[in-house]
Amino acid sequence: MPANPLHGVAIVGAYNTKQARTLGIPETELLLDAMRGALRSAGLALADIDGVHCTSSMRGWRPRETAMWLGGRPVWTGSSDVGIPALLEAALAIASGQCTTVLIATAQAGEYTNRDETAPWTKPSHEFTECFGLFTAAEFALIARRHMYLYGTRREDLAEVAATIRNHGALNPEALMYGRHVSRADVLASRPIAEPFHLLDCALTNEGGAGLVLTSAERARDLPATPIWLLGGALDRCGMSYVTPPVWERYGDVGARAAKLAFGQCGLAPPDVDAAELYDPFSFEVIRQLEAFGFCARGEGGPFVRDGRISVGGQLPVATNGGLLSFSHAGLAQLLQKPIAAVQQLRGELPSALTVPGARIALATNGGAGALFCDVLLLGKERA
Amino acid sequence: MSERPLPRPTLLSQPHWDGCREGVLRVQRCRSCSAYQFIPQPVCSACFSDGVDWVASQGHGSVYSFTIVQRAPHPAFTTPYVVAIVSLDEGFEMLANLECEPARAAIGLRVRVAFRSASETIALPYFVPL
Repeated sequence: MPANPLHGVAIVGAYNTKQARTLGIPETELLLDAMRGALRSAGLALADIDGVHCTSSMRGWRPRETAMWLGGRPVWTGSSDVGIPALLEAALAIASGQCTTVLIATAQAGEYTNRDETAPWTKPSHEFTECFGLFTAAEFALIARRHMYLYGTRREDLAEVAATIRNHGALNPEALMYGRHVSRADVLASRPIAEPFHLLDCALTNEGGAGLVLTSAERARDLPATPIWLLGGALDRCGMSYVTPPVWERYGDVGARAAKLAFGQCGLAPPDVDAAELYDPFSFEVIRQLEAFGFCARGEGGPFVRDGRISVGGQLPVATNGGLLSFSHAGLAQLLQKPIAAVQQLRGELPSALTVPGARIALATNGGAGALFCDVLLLGKERA
Repeated sequence: MSERPLPRPTLLSQPHWDGCREGVLRVQRCRSCSAYQFIPQPVCSACFSDGVDWVASQGHGSVYSFTIVQRAPHPAFTTPYVVAIVSLDEGFEMLANLECEPARAAIGLRVRVAFRSASETIALPYFVPL
């Protein structure tokens, strides 16, 4: 079998626009900022790009439309979901010689206007969920509650996750919640949303954009930017999100297969990971992923997160940029912001208080059990 | 005041929603492997056979998991309310509201289905403690 084609591809640009509750600029302007920022981070011009996956939420820009902004010359365009799927699709297009350098970007502004309701992306319309008042927090809560019942996972463990990640964001000037330190007691005392989740267990709802540039190993060599290498990646999908009951025994392990495959692609194992940019839409999801990926045994995620083990400086720093709980959750852009956080961590671009000394391997994930999907990406400072 | 969002039945799901209006919890069962299935699919997801029939469930089961919602996604819902996954005795799971004092909600609680008219064409299932 030939070498894994992902290993010939690097991320050379990674950029987040300003993130804010509301930015006060049109979404298209935000998308252009994300695209330009990613190019700047890579030290490239638009003329160097021959593949595009640029999208937006409200205006609904699609890759084939945004490709027109490159002057109408022929380029490769992606069609996968925003986030890790788009990144893997682009990497394989590069590896198979369909293009050499792909710009991935997305942005959302102006989507959440009716504050009497929860954010639009939290309540997908479906005949078997919407009429019962279900939304994302409730879906993830149903999974969390079952885990607490089976394994004795405590509310305090969930609060520990939320406080740890939020305190990472408090140290990141680019995070929406910069300067906002919270204690476990603050999380427990915040108002209940969908029990066991309280407000501070839940992701932010804000606006923002993000962009990435991928290129071939040959091209990466000639660039001033520090390349971060793709080591492995895989997707676990169990069907559509938020349509069918999130049953723990059926979906609680989602991502386990993807992680096993991704680690297998580069001969690595969980103990090799220096920073885990785990998708953190709700505090409990981090505990679940730690178990599913094999960082600890099933049912032991609660005890695992205690004693600062997942904070920067601990055994396995998680969501080092502040994650969805404190950095940003902008509808879809946060899916790209996980690989971006991994790149910034490995490049040493995060604030020094959030930098994991000597970090070589980072994990980035998208999705969670409540949503019936979990995508996994392994990145490295050195090529596989 | 806005209205609670109501289901728009599809060709696939219409028998279920017709059943709700008639006071019957109608779900799919595979003719080949006898597995019950909910939500409806065009094939049996246990054995991939396309011989799935609509049958009536007794509507009895146990709470598998639940959440007490305090921040509703939509102003039409009055908080707090309970959403539960109910494990039906025939061997399938279903999401719906559990109508009881929130403090009474518990995993393992025995429940039965009931129906309430929500519009001229839609009745919604919910569960109550047995």
